[in-house]
Amino acid sequence: MSLKIVVLAKQVPDTHNVGKDAMTPEGTVNRAALPAIFNPEDLNALEQALRLKDKFEGSTISVVTMGLPKSAEVIREALFRGADNGYVVTDRCLGGADTLATSYTIAQAIKKIGDFDIILGGRQAIDGDTAQVGPQVAQKLGLPQVTYAEEIIDIKNGRATIKRHIDGGIETVEAPLPLVVTVNGSAAPCRPRNAKRVMKYKKASCPAERTETTPEMEALLKAKPYLNINQWGAADIDADLNQVGKAGSPTNVKAVKNIVFQAKESRTMTGSDADVESLIVELLSNNTIG
Amino acid sequence: MNNVFVYCELEGKTVADVSLELLTKGRKLANELGVKLECICAGADLNGIESQVMPYGVDKVHVFDAKGLFPYTTLPHTALVVKLFEEEKPQICLMGATVIGRDLGPRVSSALTSGLTADCTQLEIGDFDMKVKNEKGEMVDKHYTQQLYQIRPAFGGNIVATIVNPEHRPQMATVREGVMKKEILDNNYKGEVVKHNVADYVSEADYVVKVIDRHVEKAKHNLKGAPIVIAGGYGVGSKEGFDQLFELAKELHAEVGASRAAVDAGFVEHDRQIGQTGVTVRPKLYIACGISGQIQHIAGMQDSAVIISINNDPNAPINKIADYVINGNVEEVVPKLIKYYKKNSK
Repeated sequence: MSLKIVVLAKQVPDTHNVGKDAMTPEGTVNRAALPAIFNPEDLNALEQALRLKDKFEGSTISVVTMGLPKSAEVIREALFRGADNGYVVTDRCLGGADTLATSYTIAQAIKKIGDFDIILGGRQAIDGDTAQVGPQVAQKLGLPQVTYAEEIIDIKNGRATIKRHIDGGIETVEAPLPLVVTVNGSAAPCRPRNAKRVMKYKKASCPAERTETTPEMEALLKAKPYLNINQWGAADIDADLNQVGKAGSPTNVKAVKNIVFQAKESRTMTGSDADVESLIVELLSNNTIG
Repeated sequence: MNNVFVYCELEGKTVADVSLELLTKGRKLANELGVKLECICAGADLNGIESQVMPYGVDKVHVFDAKGLFPYTTLPHTALVVKLFEEEKPQICLMGATVIGRDLGPRVSSALTSGLTADCTQLEIGDFDMKVKNEKGEMVDKHYTQQLYQIRPAFGGNIVATIVNPEHRPQMATVREGVMKKEILDNNYKGEVVKHNVADYVSEADYVVKVIDRHVEKAKHNLKGAPIVIAGGYGVGSKEGFDQLFELAKELHAEVGASRAAVDAGFVEHDRQIGQTGVTVRPKLYIACGISGQIQHIAGMQDSAVIISINNDPNAPINKIADYVINGNVEEVVPKLIKYYKKNSK
């Protein structure tokens, strides 16, 4: 048995590592200064896909991402680690999308791919932390979903057995294919890049990344068509323009406030023995500690 | 029509705390809007379930009682919520930002094309102005009253965003356990109970996903209810560094929590994470060790009565909300706290 696997991946700003360089003098975040990374839990999803590919010979992995042309970086990264091909869904009209418009767009892209057995994605992306796109894609495709997956234990007779997290515990579920699975960050980490695959795919790019088409590039693409990463716009996936981007997003951002902490009257002290002891004595005397 | 709904989460026959917290908040929102509070209880063997929710001021309890509805699986619960909402047309729907709520919420919102905001830290009612297209295709100002403000930290916690969904109903939001306060309104509150015929809402085909094994354990710690919390951040540096915090916690009868950075670094288990995407705590004493204080962490501990920050960076943002700031290294200060506590207590 071979499987057609789709992995959903997102390029995200590295919000977990907002360093001092990324802060403006006003104390706000300069988003442009944040490095763009492969959303961490999407890498966990890719690993589950690669394990299925290892187990079921002849399986293929297609990676789908939506974003700016440079989000083709996550496709390349996935190719380096063992994916077979990728699709960048990029179009100006897709900008400003909330999770609902995003999931519509991704569902349309998956419909265009057409033939698939299992769709894997990270539980959530670190720039929004919503965990909404996976279930919404499943709903739009009319498929069952298994969220918070830890491990795909097996697939047989058209049913997947999956271990997943629940609040305060774990459960094992059995669900029929085709199926959408979102993978938790606690699942197995993704294997590293494969050196041979890096050599093979390092020049892969999507059309929008190739601002200048040199004759060398054209010759290269002709000789090695796998270096062309598929790129789709809204028209290519038959998207209804009322359902994508800002227009297709029910949620509106009313206000955004940068965080400024209100300073409290605080007492500052050193870590010296005398200071620490006087603090302990004070906390004991006012019964803050017993 | 137009009421406030809360989806109540059930473990067996017990309504989850987070749902009771949302009923408390939902009651306040309903009062402000002049509408009723309704809730959904879906599970198995739910006779008398209403007695658990009624005291929070529920006007109508929708009970869906069928064997296949517990343990929770996505499709049957989605089917009944979606159909009920198509009939009842609520204006607001609140769910816990739990594994269940974060599995169900997006599925329902997608089916109803309604907006959903995850992990809200505040919910308020207010007005909203937006430019919309009129019949002639011109952009004109439109004023919306009594919208649900869904307020949450965003972008890794560096900003706080207020989200509204003016044109779509219901306005959906998930909220983590402990963020809202649970308060009984009236032990004798009388609301209506409607027992629905589940087969009218859920088809046999919806039961395709089977739970074949399930282990739920009581929490290993009581971080949420602990009077003293010792929390470590990335600045603690290692698992061994956390051992010291556990030692201090043992002395003070405290619990140990952590920032997301410390959890991500693998210093401590995920279930000890404090903040927007973890546990919210309100202890009488919070000792922040090597925590810089990103807003999503602050969101989970700012109501602590007394805050001590131990940090070698005098400009750490958390120092601004701390009552006591100790400028020093965690690994040096924590052993001193233990030493002088032992010396001065009793």
